[in-house]
Amino acid sequence: MAGKTSLGREFTKGLWDENAVIKQLLGLCPALAVSNSAVNGLAMGLATYFVVLSASIFVSLIKSVIPKDVRIPVKIIIIAGFVTVVDIFLKAMFPALSKSLGPYIPLIVVNCLILGRAESFASHHSVGRSIIDASGTGIGFTWVLVVLGAVREILGTGSIFGFQFLTEATFTPWIVMILPGGAFLSLGLMIGIINYVSARRGGQA
Amino acid sequence: MKEKTAGMLIVLTVVATIIGGVLATVYKTAAPRIEANRLAEEKRAIFEVLPGAARYETIEAVIPGDKGDETVKIFRGFDDTGQFIGYAYTTAGPGFQAIIKMMVGLQPDYLKLHGMQVLEQLETPGLGNKILYDDFRDQFKGLELHPKIDYVKNKKPEKPNEIQSIAGATITSKAVADIITEDSRRIIAYLKAHEGEVAEAE
Repeated sequence: MAGKTSLGREFTKGLWDENAVIKQLLGLCPALAVSNSAVNGLAMGLATYFVVLSASIFVSLIKSVIPKDVRIPVKIIIIAGFVTVVDIFLKAMFPALSKSLGPYIPLIVVNCLILGRAESFASHHSVGRSIIDASGTGIGFTWVLVVLGAVREILGTGSIFGFQFLTEATFTPWIVMILPGGAFLSLGLMIGIINYVSARRGGQA
Repeated sequence: MKEKTAGMLIVLTVVATIIGGVLATVYKTAAPRIEANRLAEEKRAIFEVLPGAARYETIEAVIPGDKGDETVKIFRGFDDTGQFIGYAYTTAGPGFQAIIKMMVGLQPDYLKLHGMQVLEQLETPGLGNKILYDDFRDQFKGLELHPKIDYVKNKKPEKPNEIQSIAGATITSKAVADIITEDSRRIIAYLKAHEGEVAEAE
């Protein structure tokens, strides 16, 4: 595209200024559904990172031969393929994690941040740039889910990454935080705080 | 126009074939591990609900259910002296939010349970999911199935077939009691009818 963005910028935009969850409000379904613990958030984040990275590389490689009329079906096939790879991998290597993420792994297929990156970026850029862009997006998605998961896990169960550091004697778990309601509360507050901070800093975004 | 259609077909076919190939390879590599994981989990649950068991045998039982015949796996547990100590089988049914799946251990008298282990559940955290805790599960050790598993609220159970329900999660507690009662009834009927064959299999 015209006016080359620097490679570093291509990476960092996904982390903050154009973060999929907190700025573009994409991928909210997994962000709300599986952020009930830090481990689940991390696993979902990395799984999504893998899919967005592989799909972006693949799409960028074949971008010149994809006919315009079937570009969406082609991308969906590619994305669905890599999602299934992740699903099988988790089942084989991390059965407990696969169980706790349940149907949300197959549902990565319909996470629009992945199709979004493939459609709006990988289709028009070189493989190298697509890798950098996908990494920024993937890591940006992962950190949000880990932070969200950690906040909900600490408040909801008094533990972090499964390690119990607040005992029931001194701390009453806020059960609501690990229920769906807690997801909306924490994500809403997080987006609010981050946008407030961005606006105060002069909001170059 | 024709060329365009041909191009679309070729690209879609090639992409789908490549992805299909990748998936087939990944699945073939992973399938044995997935099966091993499933068996390991099953084994852990069986030993959990049959205390003292050193080994077990599997019977494939065909049991008539609501939706036609079902093939059910029943496990017979033996202690280290070869003494038969009881049966284990899975039970499943609707809980408060989703299917609750459990492994149940039955004593050879067909009346008392050895114990219960939850395999799958999505009950409310903090309320219904207390069925995972030992406080609740321990009540099933020695619990009688006849005439059915019953529950009492907010007091100690008095009869040998009663459990105390989880405060605030009566539906879940009732679901667990009913699922185990119902499925056990069918399995016991099968075992009693096939007692000769089952023992011969040893």
